[in-house]
Amino acid sequence: MALIERDPTWPEMSFDDRIGTAEFRVHERAHIVVDGDVCRGCTTRACVVACPARLFVPTADGGILFNYEQCFECGTCYLVCNESGAITWTYPEGGHGVVFRRT
Amino acid sequence: MTEQHAEFDAIVVGAGPAGSCAAIELARAGKQVLLVERGPFPGSKNMYGGVVYPRILDDLVPEWWDEAPVQRWVTRRSTMVLTPTQALTVDFRSEAWGQPPYNGATAYRPDFDHWLAGVAERHGALLLCSTTVTGLLRNDTGRVIGVRTDRPDGDLYAPVVIACDGVNSFLAKEAGLYGDVNAAHYTLGVKETIALPRDVIEERFGVRGRHGVDIEILGGTSGINGGGFVYTNLDTLSVGVVLKLPALAAQQRRPEEVIAGLKAHPAIAPLVEGGEVKEYSAHVIPEAGWTMLPQLAADGLLIAGDAAALCLAAGIWLEGVNFAMGSGRAAGRVAARALDRGNLTAAGLAGYRRALEETFVLADHRKLRNVPGLVLSDRVQHQYPDLIANLVQRVFQVDNPMPKPGLRRILAQERKRAGVRRRDLLRDAWTGLRSFG
Repeated sequence: MALIERDPTWPEMSFDDRIGTAEFRVHERAHIVVDGDVCRGCTTRACVVACPARLFVPTADGGILFNYEQCFECGTCYLVCNESGAITWTYPEGGHGVVFRRT
Repeated sequence: MTEQHAEFDAIVVGAGPAGSCAAIELARAGKQVLLVERGPFPGSKNMYGGVVYPRILDDLVPEWWDEAPVQRWVTRRSTMVLTPTQALTVDFRSEAWGQPPYNGATAYRPDFDHWLAGVAERHGALLLCSTTVTGLLRNDTGRVIGVRTDRPDGDLYAPVVIACDGVNSFLAKEAGLYGDVNAAHYTLGVKETIALPRDVIEERFGVRGRHGVDIEILGGTSGINGGGFVYTNLDTLSVGVVLKLPALAAQQRRPEEVIAGLKAHPAIAPLVEGGEVKEYSAHVIPEAGWTMLPQLAADGLLIAGDAAALCLAAGIWLEGVNFAMGSGRAAGRVAARALDRGNLTAAGLAGYRRALEETFVLADHRKLRNVPGLVLSDRVQHQYPDLIANLVQRVFQVDNPMPKPGLRRILAQERKRAGVRRRDLLRDAWTGLRSFG
C-alpha cells in the first residue's frame, strides 16, 4: 500500500509545540535508565522511531541520548527494544510524571 | 512482618476503572479497602481512544447517566475502509442510543476515572493518590501480604491485593503471572485532542445536542498494521491511530506522522481541519486478547483490567473500559468472599476466573479469540482495503458504453489484482463468520 502524501497545506506542528500540549510534573530521579554500551551494539534503534514522545535520539558515535522528562509512561520503548537490558523502566514517583487533563 | 499487621482487608492498586470497581465491590461487602493511585488524581495517567460502554454499572450506580461525566452519547457509528485515494463507509445511527440507558459515550478518562473513584469513596473505600506501588510484599510461603510504596514507611499490608496497575502491570509480572512478554501482542495508541467549536462539530458530523459520532477506520495508518479513529467530544475531536508495535518499529515513520497522514486523507481532512491540538497523548494497549491472557490469580493476589490484558480489540468491537469494570467488579466480589471464608490462596481465589468466564469478560474474549490476529494480519491490513474499495468503485462507476460487469467477475478480477489467493480469502471469511456468527 502506498503511503499517504502529506498535505502541504496542513499546518504541521513542531514537535516541541506538540509535546508542550501535555502536562508533565518532572521528578529529579530519572525513571528510565538506558545502558549506552548495549545500545551501541543495536542495529534496529526501534525506540528512536516508536517512542511517541521522541525521547530517544541517536548520537553520532552510535549511542543513544535519552530524556525521561516528557514521558507518557506508555512502555513502548522497553516493549520494542530487542537488546535485553538496554532499557530499565519503572514508574515515576507518586504524583509525578505525565498528568492528562481534566475538563 | 506478617499479616497480623494488616490495616486493611484489601489493597487495590490503581484507581482506573478496574481498580475503582474492585474497591466498590469490596466496600459494599463491608471490607476495609485501600485504593492506591500513583497519579495526583484518578485518571491522570489514563488515556484511551474515547468511547466507554458503562452498562455494567446499571445495578451499581442507578441512573449513572445522570452523574457520569460524559461528553456525547454515541448515536452514530461509522466503520471506514481507507485506501490512499478512496473511502468506503458503513454508517449507522440510532435515536435509541441517545436515550437512557444509552449505549456508548465519548468521555475523557481523567474525568470519567476521577468520577468512578469518587463512587468508590462514597461506598467507603479509602483513596490514596500520588503513591506509586513499587513491589509486592510476601510472607515465608510466598503469599502476597501487601505492597511496597514510594512513601516513607510505605509498606502497606492486607490479606489480599488486587493489581489493577494497567497494561505494563509490574505487579502481575513480578508475581510471575505472565510468561515472556511479546511486543507483537501490544499496540501503541496515539491521539490528538483537537478543539473545534461545538456548532462546527455538529455541522460536520451531522449530530445535534449531546449526540455524537464514533468513526473506526481500517487503513489510513501509513502502511503500518493498525487502525484509526475519530470521535466527537463536546467541543473537541479525538483523532488518533493504533499501531502494532513491531510494525511501527520496523517502519521509519513516527507515530505523530502517522496521525498527520490520517488527518490529511481526503475523507478525514474536511472533518478535522482548522482545529487546534489541545493535547497530544499516548498509551499502550494489550491487543491480543485471549492469546496473551495471563494467569489471573496467585496466592493473595488477583489482577484485573489492562493488567490482565482484558482489552477487547476485535475489529468492529473496540472495548476496554467496560472489560476493566467487569473484571474489577468480579475481582472485588471474589476477594470479599475469599476474605469471609478465610482462604486467600490461589485456590481460594480461583472463583475469579470462573466468574469472568460466566460473564462477557472472558466469554467475549474466548469467542473472539481469533479476531485480533485476523484484524492486524497483513491481508486485512494491506490487501483487503484495496480489494474492497476497488470492488465498490467498479460497482458504482458508470463506464458507458461498457455494460455493467457482473459482481462475481469483478470480485475475481479485483482479488487477483490485490494479490489475494482465493483459498486465503475463503479462510479469512470463515474465521470471521465463525467468530462473529
